[in-house]
Amino acid sequence: MTEATRAIEAVWRIESARLIAGLARMVGDVGLAEDMAQDALVAAIEKWPADGVPDNPGAWLMATAKNRAIDRMRREKTYERKREEVAHDTGVLFAMERSDFEAAADDEIGDDLLALIFTCCHPLLSREARVALTLRLLGGLTTGEIARAFLGSESTVAQRLVRAKRTLRDAKVPFEVPRGAELEERLGSVLEVIYLVFNEGYAASAGEDWVRRDLCEEALRLGRILAELAPAEPEVHGLVALMEIQASRLGARHGPDGEPVLLLDQDRSRWDPLLIVRGRQALERAEALPGPLGPYGLQAAIAACHARALRPGETDWVRISALYDALAQISGSPIVELNRAVAVGMAFGPEAGLELLDRIKDEPALQNYHLLPSVRGDLLEKAGRTEEASAEFERAAELTQNERERGLLLKRARLQVD
Amino acid sequence: MRFMMFMYPEIEEQDWNPTPEAVAAMGRYNEELQKAGMLLSMDGLRPPSDGGNVVFDAEAKATITDGPFTEAKEVVGGYWLIQARSKEEALEWASRCPDANCRIEVRRVFEMEDFPQEVQDAYEGP
Repeated sequence: MTEATRAIEAVWRIESARLIAGLARMVGDVGLAEDMAQDALVAAIEKWPADGVPDNPGAWLMATAKNRAIDRMRREKTYERKREEVAHDTGVLFAMERSDFEAAADDEIGDDLLALIFTCCHPLLSREARVALTLRLLGGLTTGEIARAFLGSESTVAQRLVRAKRTLRDAKVPFEVPRGAELEERLGSVLEVIYLVFNEGYAASAGEDWVRRDLCEEALRLGRILAELAPAEPEVHGLVALMEIQASRLGARHGPDGEPVLLLDQDRSRWDPLLIVRGRQALERAEALPGPLGPYGLQAAIAACHARALRPGETDWVRISALYDALAQISGSPIVELNRAVAVGMAFGPEAGLELLDRIKDEPALQNYHLLPSVRGDLLEKAGRTEEASAEFERAAELTQNERERGLLLKRARLQVD
Repeated sequence: MRFMMFMYPEIEEQDWNPTPEAVAAMGRYNEELQKAGMLLSMDGLRPPSDGGNVVFDAEAKATITDGPFTEAKEVVGGYWLIQARSKEEALEWASRCPDANCRIEVRRVFEMEDFPQEVQDAYEGP
């Protein structure tokens, strides 16, 4: 890649989401808007290496996209005879000739961007499609990069994107920010997509492709953009806080051989203090808004408790137990209950934790989940009930899918009875 | 990846009095960085005469001096720490800074992984 194309790529990464959002507002269709934006990118690749990058590249791209689209439609109009399409295209032409991107106020651009986020994460689309479309239209990633990031094939991702755009067009999904009761539900989908992207990056190991590892940064970037666009939504700040604090541990979550290191065993000097501070600030923003914390805010508050402890022994487990209690009441998830039992065991002793586990031991979702016997074994060990602990670790070893973990669990099982 | 953008105001120290217009333009620029989700932290620095220097000799012995100062043109006036996806993206953001008469140096921040394992092991921070 030459220096000029790298510079164009950088401008594209910065401008493409706003460009596509502005165009989608005019034409009411994100697929068409993306095509128009791509046309403008082609023009930039033709012109900029010789002429240099213009002073306001965003405005240049927008003007070029509009002009090229108008030219193309006029050309095609001579062949078009289907009345409906002509009427539609004429409306689009009118909208484009009238609208002046440079005159658009800042908050209008913000609204367009927000509408683009909501459209990419529309509940009509599958989860995979939402993620792919978000990374494509908001992150400016290529189809190949998305495929590499999610360990899939490029043709699958390409098809998924084509289908997603067609689904939105066929359903005539309006390009807008949802209001009222719909907003909450749709916002949930947006936050879920961003957190999925983050977790995919978090699961990547040190040796993996940078595209994959950069997913955490990309998710953080999307979350922070959303926090500026929708500052009154506490869960947006809650999610940003959660991601900032989790990202602060990125450098500590793997050992020298790539093996995962559990939170309490991590070298805390490797936690990134800047991201912890940013996470705590985002959490404060969530807490300052009216209403109790939602699931993301509560998880962030738990993460902040860990971040505050310089050593594992300084962890405020009583507060973490209370936060898990609140989280369990909202989510009703047995996994949350399991985590709560761990926290309660640390705060009030192993018997208290075991008592909680007894209440969830028949949950269908946990029947083949290795962490249930593993946590139970841990609490039994702390209570001095070594034979029962050994049996639980053996049971956990049978259930886990991970070879390395199985070895560790069997070792712990033997240690109890030796 | 992270980049530090050091801003060097290429003006004399007595001219470090920005106009309201310049401050407003810089505010808009900072807001753009913030809205783009790139800005991690930033600060403006007071003139060098409000600070000092620490120099080290061959035995790493520190000496504090309060001068002489290099020309104001050669010292950092402020910085932005940003997250960017490439050096080119960081450079593009730097070139959008609205301030006339300044130079911006863009530097990539070291990450732990950039160091060999024994160096990583020796680190007890932060």
